[in-house]
Amino acid sequence: MSLVLVGTSHRLSPVEVRERIAFDLEAASRLAERMADGGEAVCLSTCNRTELYFSHPDPDLAEALASEALLGDEVELYRMRDEDAAMHLFRVAAGLDSLVPGEGEILGQVRDAYEAGAHGPVLDRLFREALRVGKKVRTETAIAESPASVSSAAAALAQQVFGELGGCKVFLIGAGEVSELAARALSARGAGISAVTSRTEESASRLADAFGARAVPFGELGSELEQADVVVSSTSSPEPILSRDLVPDRKGRPLFVIDLAVPRDVDPAVAELEDCYLYDIDDLQAVVRESLSGRRREAERAEAIVEQEAKRFRDWQASLHVVPAIASLRERAERIRSGELAKAEGRLEGLSESERRTVESLTTQIVNKLLHVPIVRMKEAAATEGAGYVEVARHLFGLGEEEDAQSRKPRQ
Amino acid sequence: MAELLFWPAFLAYGEAAVAYAGDARRPGSTGRLATWGVRIGWLVQTALLIAQAAGAEGFPWDTWAGSLNLFVWLVVGAYLIWGCKPRFRLLGLVVMPLAALLLAVSYAAGGMDVSGTSRYSSLFLGLHVGLVLAGFAGLTLAAALAGLYLWQERELKRRSSKVLRFRAPSLVTLESLFARTVAFSLPVLTLGMAVGFARLRHGSQLDPLIVLTVLTWAVYGGFLLLRYGAGWRGRRAAYATLAGFVLVVAMQLTVQAGHFG
Repeated sequence: MSLVLVGTSHRLSPVEVRERIAFDLEAASRLAERMADGGEAVCLSTCNRTELYFSHPDPDLAEALASEALLGDEVELYRMRDEDAAMHLFRVAAGLDSLVPGEGEILGQVRDAYEAGAHGPVLDRLFREALRVGKKVRTETAIAESPASVSSAAAALAQQVFGELGGCKVFLIGAGEVSELAARALSARGAGISAVTSRTEESASRLADAFGARAVPFGELGSELEQADVVVSSTSSPEPILSRDLVPDRKGRPLFVIDLAVPRDVDPAVAELEDCYLYDIDDLQAVVRESLSGRRREAERAEAIVEQEAKRFRDWQASLHVVPAIASLRERAERIRSGELAKAEGRLEGLSESERRTVESLTTQIVNKLLHVPIVRMKEAAATEGAGYVEVARHLFGLGEEEDAQSRKPRQ
Repeated sequence: MAELLFWPAFLAYGEAAVAYAGDARRPGSTGRLATWGVRIGWLVQTALLIAQAAGAEGFPWDTWAGSLNLFVWLVVGAYLIWGCKPRFRLLGLVVMPLAALLLAVSYAAGGMDVSGTSRYSSLFLGLHVGLVLAGFAGLTLAAALAGLYLWQERELKRRSSKVLRFRAPSLVTLESLFARTVAFSLPVLTLGMAVGFARLRHGSQLDPLIVLTVLTWAVYGGFLLLRYGAGWRGRRAAYATLAGFVLVVAMQLTVQAGHFG
């Protein structure tokens, strides 16, 4: 059985090509079932990639089938086998093949594709390992720790000031989409959205309802600032709406102000106030840029983990070739042992039950000890030298010859 | 025996200092190595101190070099309470080079020697020196936390794009930690001072060390009053903690200049 991968991604095909072979989960599941045809197939289809994974006895045939399903004549596809295919999936699950290195969404998409696919022993192992490697990379490196968007950078900075955001009160000025995104990022890290204000009362109420907050009149902006720990401002006002005079004395309590508006909503002089930390959109974008370059640095460490795990998978896959030969060898040895004991039955009649058990155990131990070294060597060699070694073992021990001889006997 | 134990302790502290530097350059890379360096070094130094105590007839750390040895052990011990958490690794970058350096100074000045007899043999005096040093160790750690707070605060104020690169504790956490460390260390120092004052004979003169100790106590006492009574927080509180630490350093230098002889 060979592992085969055929697919395309954002690195090879633009969106207008990818969208032609994109499948939702249900369609991907149907495609996998159809392609597997009793064997194993999984279809991973996300906005950045569509890939078909097979475990197939005829890899050329599997490739041809997959190419046809993915419009291979019109779409540029990559084709990989065995260790390369495993390495690719591990990189995908680790987020190393994503637009934003280490992004977390892909891990869930790999899990969904695996659960919807037609998997047997090989793809089952492959996808389980991929999910494990994805988690391992995120645990052992800092690839997924730094923020990858402006709103998540704002939330991470708020955490850098307050630590746990559990008791933090967030005040939103402006009720547009940008405010909402920032509010979601803060809320996801535990902050409570306490109040929303906007020049349009309706939008303030709508957003306040969505977060279980209060909608306050725009004129009461100053008094709300007294209670807030984090202020997110994103209005379309042409003039600054939050001046230094409006910020009350904090009495040592930090105030984190996120100004996402262009033109800016917050007077830069607010940053001069003690215990007040002001970040505008440019500051946040600089943090995101730095964070992405940090992710790329971490990606080097992640690649080493992925490579090591792909080798482990290769060894496991190679050991599969040897399993039938080992089973056959054990079976043959057992047949010989029990056959010889049966022949000697007449001479062993005088033995007591306990002496019989001793003879059984002794012969079994001799067989096991004789087979131990060849079996270990066969497993080791399968990982390093491939299937050729197994063929030699089959020839030396005459494995499969009896079955062949029996099948050649004319039926009576 | 004690001298033999110095080298592994020193090497472990040195390794931790280098690993912390590596971790600051590339977060997550050598942090665990640093943590193990601190743990192993501290355990070896503990064995060293036990060997010294077993070999001496009285209080074995009665020279300034000996007290420095004990002081390093207390600082690293206090750091171990929470310093091994990943977010506090930046603190290790301050504490561990200092610990390695002071341990080497202590060794060079004979702080690992085991003297047969001691001028300060009573439990009474051992308690005095031990408690004062434990108090100072806590205050040293509070100063390191305050320094980390000021660095982090400055980075946030100047909106550095690299502010998230170093995984430091949050401002609020650091602020509350250095205040709590002072609040814990000052009573220990007070107790040590009280034992020392009880030793003073009637009519003895106040030496510079006593004056500095009282001054340090007053600065930190004032800090606690302002922090918990008047709500002094943030940068001002951090500067006050560092000001107190300047006096702690001055005191160490005074001790070195000959108080213990």
